[in-house]
Amino acid sequence: MRHGLPSANEVLQEIEFGPPVKRLVFDTKGLTDWDSGLLTFLIKIARQTAQRKIVVVASNLPEGAQRLYKLATAVPEKTDTHKAPARMSLVARIGVAGVDFTRGTGETVAFLGEAALAFLRLLRGKAHFRRSDLWLTIQECGPQALPIVTLVSVLVGLIIAYMGAVQLEQFGAGIFVANLVGLGMARELGPMMTGILVAGRTGAAFAAQLGTMQVNEEIDAFKTLGITPMEFLVLPRMLALMLMMPLLTLYADLMGILGGAIVGVTMLDLGVVEYYEQTRNSLNLRHFSTGLFKSVVFGIVVAIAGCLRGIQSGRSASAVGQAATSAVVTSIVFIIVSSSILTIIYQQLGI
Amino acid sequence: MAEIRTQKDNPDVHIAVRDLTMAYGSFVVQRDLNFSIPRGEIFIIMGDSGCGKSTLLRHLVGLKGPARGQVLYGRTSFWDAELEEQERIKRRFGVLFQGGALWSSMTLSENIALPIEAYTALEVAEIRELVSYKLALVSLAGFEEFYPAEISGGMNKRAGLARAMALDPEILFFDEPSAGLDPISARRLDDLILELRDSLGTTVVVVTHELASIFTIGNDSVFLDSESKTIIASGDPRELRDESRNPKVHSFLTRGES
Repeated sequence: MRHGLPSANEVLQEIEFGPPVKRLVFDTKGLTDWDSGLLTFLIKIARQTAQRKIVVVASNLPEGAQRLYKLATAVPEKTDTHKAPARMSLVARIGVAGVDFTRGTGETVAFLGEAALAFLRLLRGKAHFRRSDLWLTIQECGPQALPIVTLVSVLVGLIIAYMGAVQLEQFGAGIFVANLVGLGMARELGPMMTGILVAGRTGAAFAAQLGTMQVNEEIDAFKTLGITPMEFLVLPRMLALMLMMPLLTLYADLMGILGGAIVGVTMLDLGVVEYYEQTRNSLNLRHFSTGLFKSVVFGIVVAIAGCLRGIQSGRSASAVGQAATSAVVTSIVFIIVSSSILTIIYQQLGI
Repeated sequence: MAEIRTQKDNPDVHIAVRDLTMAYGSFVVQRDLNFSIPRGEIFIIMGDSGCGKSTLLRHLVGLKGPARGQVLYGRTSFWDAELEEQERIKRRFGVLFQGGALWSSMTLSENIALPIEAYTALEVAEIRELVSYKLALVSLAGFEEFYPAEISGGMNKRAGLARAMALDPEILFFDEPSAGLDPISARRLDDLILELRDSLGTTVVVVTHELASIFTIGNDSVFLDSESKTIIASGDPRELRDESRNPKVHSFLTRGES
């Protein structure tokens, strides 16, 4: 049938530029079968002919098509339902982005304030959440992350050692690879790599969990019962990450040093004990503690970004996806920014 | 056009809505809503899809603040009250959300025990007995250790009701209680609602467009209209069906027949 149907535009052009038309009749003699294409054609023609006051004679059409046509035109099109046009002028877009940004910043600050208050209540022993939730989250974001942290840290240690070895060997200072890897992992890369891994693993999971709870009205159920989601959902997650991040980071530091040692021993022909001694001499507790402090900060950043995006999530499947994406992006941005700030502060303080 | 009965300031008014305007940003959903819900009544909020029934419920249960106007519980205006007062009011009501909204990471018994643990000083054993009793009320005895994902939608809803009743609330809110239930389960839920009102004197507020349920349980109602964005009728739904001269209300309550 479809190849037999003239395009609606052709017919309309004929009507517009041809001799004046009063009546429109359909010749359906050769019609054997029809589908929705016929109806969309009819509706398009009818809309134009109505404006030109042309009478449309529909009695030739198949009965089923006539009935469907009536059904489709029975309720007039609702005109106030159309959303605002998707394309806006540049100025309007800048304005909207500015308003969104201000609102977003406000929400974030409010969230941070609430989180801080919840933390104070926790310190006073008044916070209400289930200990079993805390343990479950600790299990999920700590021990279960070990395999990926192992893999990434060993390889990062290996890479730094390789790159350092090529340069340092030129001066016959290959042994200093141990210092390079040890300091690099303990102060900067250990916490940062762990932070980014945890952001992708746990931050996204937090956002997806809370986002789905938002979709299912589970968060509303908490609120109507007077239990604040902040204490019940966010606090255990924040605590879990604050406890697990330093441990994971310490583990990552050691794995990175192990990766460096593999290169040192195999490529630079250093002795295992020699490498170990060199590492021990170059590192002290201060180096580790600066890195571990960073990792606690990253833990808080990831937990807050994940939970914030989850709670802000809209009530649809795609909104939950966006929340998870946004949680990871926000976490990584703030990890890098806070890491740089802390490094500068350490530098200024000489630690 | 509006058929709004004059509601005197009688002492038995449990919830009163005064000049309430609801809006999302600049988009007004409903404006100038005025009605009172008497103590011990089953009050229906009805209207066509998208008229803002559920939004009104969110205003009543303290999930969304009004653009203008007040929601009064007794003599206290909920949205003008201090946070602690709001929490105190909230503790006196239970809400059954559309899908049950059980916490999916907890078993049914944990779901129901959570509000009890939060607000009472009962012993673990006492809580367990209370949970079993609440589950038995909604004919889910024996399902204590199931997770919400392991039971059917209808059972989820009933378990949600058991949780809403956990703290023996004075007011129960239902968002589309019969949506997604088979006719018999829907009927049973209606019976349960009537039973709760009769035996406990609970005030019940139901958002629904299920006619069978509206006529079975409702003795007072408001009809929200999405076009004029306000209440176009109120009163006993059966009387509205038989007497309303508003064509919209009439055709809604008679399914467009006659």
